[in-house]
Amino acid sequence: MHLEAQKLSGGYGKTRVVQEIHLTLEPGKWLSLIGANGSGKSTVLKLLSRILLPQRGAVLLNGRDIHRQPAQAIAQTLALLPQQQAIPPGLTVQQLVSLGRTPYQGWWQWELAAEDRQQVEQALTQTQLQDFRDRPVEALSGGERQRAFLALALAQDPKILLLDEPTTYLDLCHQLELLELLKRLNQQQGLTIITVLHDINLAARYSDRLALLKEGCLYATGTPTKVLTPQTLADVFRIDATVLQTPVGLQIFPLAPIYHHSRDGPAVR
Amino acid sequence: MIIHSRTFQAVILLILGLLLTVIVALMQGSVPLSLTELWQAFRHQGDPIRQTILYDLRLPRILIALIVGAALGMSGALLQGLLRNGLADPFVLGISAGAGLMAIALLTLGIFLAWVPVAAWVGAMVTSMLVYLLGRTANGIVIERLVLGGIAISSLFGAVQTTLLLLSNDGQIQSALNWLIGSLNGRGWAEVTTAGPYVAVALLLGSLLGRSVNVLNLGDELAIGLGVSPTRSRLLMGAVASLLAASAVSIAGLIGFVGLVVPHGVRLLVGNDYRWVLPLSAIAGAWVLTFADLLSRLGVVELPVGAVTALLGSPLFIWLLYGGRTSSLKGV
Repeated sequence: MHLEAQKLSGGYGKTRVVQEIHLTLEPGKWLSLIGANGSGKSTVLKLLSRILLPQRGAVLLNGRDIHRQPAQAIAQTLALLPQQQAIPPGLTVQQLVSLGRTPYQGWWQWELAAEDRQQVEQALTQTQLQDFRDRPVEALSGGERQRAFLALALAQDPKILLLDEPTTYLDLCHQLELLELLKRLNQQQGLTIITVLHDINLAARYSDRLALLKEGCLYATGTPTKVLTPQTLADVFRIDATVLQTPVGLQIFPLAPIYHHSRDGPAVR
Repeated sequence: MIIHSRTFQAVILLILGLLLTVIVALMQGSVPLSLTELWQAFRHQGDPIRQTILYDLRLPRILIALIVGAALGMSGALLQGLLRNGLADPFVLGISAGAGLMAIALLTLGIFLAWVPVAAWVGAMVTSMLVYLLGRTANGIVIERLVLGGIAISSLFGAVQTTLLLLSNDGQIQSALNWLIGSLNGRGWAEVTTAGPYVAVALLLGSLLGRSVNVLNLGDELAIGLGVSPTRSRLLMGAVASLLAASAVSIAGLIGFVGLVVPHGVRLLVGNDYRWVLPLSAIAGAWVLTFADLLSRLGVVELPVGAVTALLGSPLFIWLLYGGRTSSLKGV
């Protein structure tokens, strides 16, 4: 399963947010999109997941434009966990996760087939939600809720999983819990993962590769060690930072923001 | 999602209630029939007058009540699901205004009176298409735009309709008012055979849309991720809902409250799974309208059924809103 962005440009209405993005996602790897606020990382994810139609360029899945393939077939390969979800009142965890089988059901099918139920069961097990199956989703805590929506995506039996800032509303413990779960799925089942992450330390620690965006353009791609240098951090995040190699991976210590003192001259450091 | 026992109970309750009401409605009227007389007449035996009463008067009227009620119930449930708003009813997208304008125009001008049902149907469909065009943007159909478009069109057409009513004479106002309140009086086999097939097909189509509603309720982005196109699904849901409402309106005029209250009641019974809410709203709508029609026929003077549904529906709605054990309006 090969996902590729070719000269991808897109945005909202006529506004262009991202420009000429080239990205190749290696199967079985974890890629994180990082960048400052407004750099276009969520927009790239929305373009990759068919939520936005590209203004120019294309997203290719196995060499074919994703907007020229049947939506159901794409949804069997590519699953999405959006940043915000609506929660219908009274919907139980099991009902929610069962909706993950939608891409496999014909319009005439009323109930899930045996194989579908098995996939739902597996998704519930992977996310350790077996005991929560009859609870209403609205009654779950933030961490459990995020796991329930992850289970929905896993029930799609995807090869590629796209997650838009999955840790944003979680406390530190639940952030790590979710990322560890994703890491297991990535390593044990070869699930390809693409995340938008705000926390560069977590992104550096969990991702195989980083794609660093600046003002809608791809600034750098590569391993965390290659991408996260004091120089790029200054250019992209406008921070003075120290980068340390630690046993759990790269650690970035932000020291001070960099202010622009001159209107048209270069940034003063 | 295996059938929960609660859902199963609700299905049984609704079907039994419907059957019982239909039987009572067949027995009651200006000439009451006993169960045995009803059975005899049903088998084309006994008093020919009773057979005529059953086959030419009561049965077609009850069938009409079933058709119109089912159409209104499912249409309301579809629109409440589509617009994610418990205050939506079959007429929210300007259907009443469009149908009303056409019907009132013909009734007050006194022309083409036989074409009132067709004109109402055309008015309803054209208006809802207009509202859909207003709701469209480059990124698909936006719910707020749909609702506001419906309100704008409704008030525009409403103004024209009021002007027409003010300019017409008393007799025409009487028949126009009757139509606006909604009535089943004098409807028969002709309406059953013309509108019945459309409504049946639309009800079947609507029953298949439950999963799309469930998925869309998770938000547009997740729906796209699951391979469901929000725009295409909304168009289909809106088209079926409009077809159902337009058919109901063309037969019986503007019967209010059935499409608004029935889906709430059904959600109280079976929860928010629209695979069940949609077909059960049709059944419950059929039940409620048959019951209301029975009540409207029992009085000394026959009331228009629309007045009965409003009289029954308004207190029920207030109870659902403020007094219900678990209000179905909570965050719908």
